[in-house]
Amino acid sequence: MFKTTTRGINWNRLSLLLMILPFLILIFLFSYIPLFGWSYAFFDYKPGLGLLHSPFAGLKYFHLMFFEQGSELLRVLRNTFALSFLGILLSPLPVVFAVLLNELRSKSFRKLVQTVTTLPNFVSWIIVYSIVVAFFSTDGVVNQLLMKLHWISEPTQMLSNSEGTWLFQTALGVWKSLGWSSIIFLAAIAGIDAELYDAAKVDGAGRYRSIFHITLPGIIPTFFVLLILSISNILSVGFEQYFVFYNPLVADRIETLDYYVYRIGIATNDVSFGTAISIAKSIVSITLLFSVNYLSKKMRGQAII
Amino acid sequence: MSKVNNPIFEVLNYLIQILFVLICLYPFYYIFIYSISSPQEAIKGVYLLPTNLTLSNYSQIMQLDNISWSFLISMLRTIVGTLVTVFSCALCAYIVTKQELHFRKIIYRYIVITMYFNAGLIPWYITMKMIGLQNNFLLYVLPSAVGAFYIILLKTFIEQLPASLEESAMLDGANYFTIFRKIVFPLSMPIIATIAVFSAVSQWNSWTDNYFLVSDERLQTLQMILYNYLNEAQILASSNNINLNDVGSNMKRLTPESIKMTITMIVTVPIMLVYPFLQRYFVKGLMLGAIKG
Repeated sequence: MFKTTTRGINWNRLSLLLMILPFLILIFLFSYIPLFGWSYAFFDYKPGLGLLHSPFAGLKYFHLMFFEQGSELLRVLRNTFALSFLGILLSPLPVVFAVLLNELRSKSFRKLVQTVTTLPNFVSWIIVYSIVVAFFSTDGVVNQLLMKLHWISEPTQMLSNSEGTWLFQTALGVWKSLGWSSIIFLAAIAGIDAELYDAAKVDGAGRYRSIFHITLPGIIPTFFVLLILSISNILSVGFEQYFVFYNPLVADRIETLDYYVYRIGIATNDVSFGTAISIAKSIVSITLLFSVNYLSKKMRGQAII
Repeated sequence: MSKVNNPIFEVLNYLIQILFVLICLYPFYYIFIYSISSPQEAIKGVYLLPTNLTLSNYSQIMQLDNISWSFLISMLRTIVGTLVTVFSCALCAYIVTKQELHFRKIIYRYIVITMYFNAGLIPWYITMKMIGLQNNFLLYVLPSAVGAFYIILLKTFIEQLPASLEESAMLDGANYFTIFRKIVFPLSMPIIATIAVFSAVSQWNSWTDNYFLVSDERLQTLQMILYNYLNEAQILASSNNINLNDVGSNMKRLTPESIKMTITMIVTVPIMLVYPFLQRYFVKGLMLGAIKG
């Protein structure tokens, strides 16, 4: 079926390679070339000079990160872990929400709830920031209402309250992603054999028993996979959310590892130091990923990647 | 589940759901009614219904040069970016399904492995500058052109297509690209639609690339403009932009709040417009992802 000539090149076959080549080059440019940038961490990189003319620095920047700037790193890690930990602590919420949603008998109402609650997931953090400013700033809706009702005499300072930052940011994350995260559990519930429920009903099981003995065991495997993946992502809490909500008053509590990399590498233009932090983060993340994958294989006989 | 055996549970469940729906919906509703209320009335408080219904906020905001221009830029990056992503990923996916491709296994691994590592922000930033994408519209389009995850989804789909169609076209003398264009691409529409919708939403919502690498005023995205308006301090600091209070007094009747709310609405509306399509496809997309994982 191919126009093969007995000698020379099969142009038709080669055309496949030629067609995909431009895309392989794009991948090389955007995914592989940045890897070479890891070498910046071992030089005193000066943007104007280029790598070839920058003096070799060895492990100077790693030393700087762990020892000289150690207290800063600790503070940033504390914030990152606190936010990750709160996120993981609340990770059963989508499961609960999916189970409750599944128990609704009106199909159209279920559809409505699902439609509305997934909406926040699809707007950018800048939109969320705009909404939060409109609601929680000193002259925002929430303060206006509370003042009118005389429940408070002074406006609350949600956006500049350092102590409440972790909880507030976690709550915003839940608001944005709860509906969306529950979809995967709804799909898992839909995959449970309906006969199990019928059999349980014949045996006299009520609603709670069905939930605890059929629905929950049916979605635990999915939950477990997502949980260990989130453990391997513990250092990556994201950048956009904490960037838009960053202000000097909450800086101490909101600066995460990703923000720290941005601040060092781009805002203050210390490329080598910023890259060193990136590398340390990548190494920890990859180690975590393979560890949880190994544990998952040992414990459940199933790899997750 | 056919008979109600616990009315308290039922009522409580409905209450919880309604509460959550309100928490998700009301913020958007509030911004909407604020943006169509007369600014002077709105500042005294609007909660449930718009006061002095008007569309003049929109007409005045759209007259601002940087708003209408960056709306175009955002639209352009969304449309061009989505088309480029869909075309590139579909073509790559089709090619890697061909057994005849030289180095097929190596090429596929070379693509897939990019999902598992990430050089990090700074090396990415320097690379973009190095290859000349700073202050360049292509920055919005090229880096997201080929995505390993999308290619996996498409490849799985294309592999399930009946081989007979392709073989008969081959006998008629069609080359690979013609087959891709005339047969594979149209037949893959369900998965392509899914990817197009996701890609469009992420294009419309992205702004970090703009923030890090594009300072050119003519290339600002709408998200970035909104962010700048939200941080009045930043606007005051940069002379190129318009001072919020100046805008208010020049155009009269606009307050900083109604400017912010109206722009927020302009940034949100396109998402709401594609939302029905999103809804139709997102469960499908998510499930495909789950199967892959």
